[in-house]
Amino acid sequence: MSADDWFRTDRLPHIYCTGCGNGTIINCTLEAVDAMGWNKNDTVFISGIGCSSRAPGYIVTDSLHTTHGRALAFATGVKLANPRLHIVVFTGDGDLAAIGGNHFIHACRRNVDMTVVCMNNMIYGMTGGQGSPCTPVGALSTTTPYGMGEPVFDLAELAVTAGANYVARWTSYHVTELTRAIQTGLETPGFSFIEAMVQCPTAYGRRNKLRQVSDMITYLKTHALLMQKKKRMEEEGEPIPPEMFAVGEFTRRSRPALGVPK
Amino acid sequence: MTRIEFMQGNTACAEGALAAGCRFFGGYPITPSTEIAEHMARRLPKVGGTFIQMEDEIAGIASVIGASWTGTRSMTATSGPGFSLMMENIGYAAMTETPCVIVNIQRGGPSTGQPTMAAQGDMLQCRFGSHGDYSIIALSPASVQEMYDLTVKAFNLADRFRVPVFVMSDEVIGHMRERIEIPETVPIVPRNGLEQGVLPFAAGEDKIPGFPEFGRGFGVHVTGLTHDERGYPEATDPKIHAGLVGRLVAKVEDARHEIADYSVTSEGAEIVFITYGPTTRTVRQLLHDRPEAGIGHLQLRIVWPFPEKVLQAFPKARAFIVPEMNLGQIAREIQRHTCVPVVSVPKLGGELHTPDELAAVLEGLL
Repeated sequence: MSADDWFRTDRLPHIYCTGCGNGTIINCTLEAVDAMGWNKNDTVFISGIGCSSRAPGYIVTDSLHTTHGRALAFATGVKLANPRLHIVVFTGDGDLAAIGGNHFIHACRRNVDMTVVCMNNMIYGMTGGQGSPCTPVGALSTTTPYGMGEPVFDLAELAVTAGANYVARWTSYHVTELTRAIQTGLETPGFSFIEAMVQCPTAYGRRNKLRQVSDMITYLKTHALLMQKKKRMEEEGEPIPPEMFAVGEFTRRSRPALGVPK
Repeated sequence: MTRIEFMQGNTACAEGALAAGCRFFGGYPITPSTEIAEHMARRLPKVGGTFIQMEDEIAGIASVIGASWTGTRSMTATSGPGFSLMMENIGYAAMTETPCVIVNIQRGGPSTGQPTMAAQGDMLQCRFGSHGDYSIIALSPASVQEMYDLTVKAFNLADRFRVPVFVMSDEVIGHMRERIEIPETVPIVPRNGLEQGVLPFAAGEDKIPGFPEFGRGFGVHVTGLTHDERGYPEATDPKIHAGLVGRLVAKVEDARHEIADYSVTSEGAEIVFITYGPTTRTVRQLLHDRPEAGIGHLQLRIVWPFPEKVLQAFPKARAFIVPEMNLGQIAREIQRHTCVPVVSVPKLGGELHTPDELAAVLEGLL
């Protein structure tokens, strides 16, 4: 089998805009799932509402496209009622960090055995480009016409603090690292959270002088700060520019988990 | 062997659920329903089931819907504020045809209202509370025994019709303790599974598709978006939307007289009380106190879908008296199905109507 075998080809063409990075993240995820040797019949993809949440509809397994923000609560029910099923959740920054924030921290705390891939495009894409809890300070969106005035939620740090067993962040530029991180997440019992920073030239880039796909990917590449480098800078007392975000592995541990098959 | 016990209504609800094969409870504590969650927390792990206290009621009903897709009979229990929080996901359950049981031990509303007092104020909310057109089934127990029996029935109806089914009880019945007969076994009507080769949301004459349980190789896509018979989103095709929503409503409403569950007393009566839930008990007392008055009584154990033909059981009726612990929510429904004058007897405040209060209404009509 290959990653291609997991696609529901009769659903094509997909709804994603030209230049959207979600396809890259879905590819990375399916590469990782395929590498696990999992059976399609035992794997369930679950999502909330938003661009990223449309991903399960393009995958051949059983899938649950739920309500806005609530994917992790639905996924908790599926997993605990049948721990034999492998659960992968697709979500986005609006779905997970805003309306779904409470479910996110509690799913981390419970450490429910599932892997969550968050496509963070820093914007509400599906509704046409409103500011999200992950829109960078100063960035323009239809609801932050004078620039985002609120600080960004660091989802990876939040997941670490709330108790997830495995947390990593990469970008759509770092496909090899991202795929490896997702696979590590799939292998780790308990709650695994992989944040994938992803370009949205249509709803984000267009309003922020990053209209070209390559501009947005360059932005992600140049704003990503390797975890090792970040730690070194911190040790040396070097200031970390506020617009940079850390990439790499945030935690890998084995806290007691819920829903791990016996 | 039948077991006789002295039991609280909420406990009877939980025991009925367990007897019906419920093996997943996801919920959140709220007065006056909490004893159901507490009982399930104690009992479910011992029968191989799962109890989880979620972070709020939104997550509670979400976990129940998720669990149901694994083929597990699943439930939650709540009261007013929690019930309001569940509304969006109840619509999701209706749209995705997910069998689940939601118990509402009603208390005084709106808002935080009267947490420890009884009411029937959510009868229209359970029917219409989520956005869009859909249909559901709602049961209303009048005793601890009915709490047990109707909870069992709720699971069978949920599985058969693939809808959210509500046990619309209240603080009076939930916290009442009385004699109950627990049967050795209860009737179980299992979910019809999807046949191989049939599209997952294609329905036959009964308008109810077979259930494609997760993990069985169906590869079903479940979405709250308007979807075609494959389950694929088709959110802009007017025909597909009208067909889907029409079927969701018709599969319940067309079966309403078959689903109906009620008791008729004194068919020849001119004055007829219509009740559901605890007001049934007040009317029974009145009938007992005034055997000579020839009062009729209709007790509805299933309120939604409303079985309007049952009103014809009283051909000589010249008044229907409808005592409710709300401002006449079901009286309005009765009114639109009959030419017989409907006398609504609303009562707010959290206390059940007394026999004297109903006797006074009766005397005004005799």
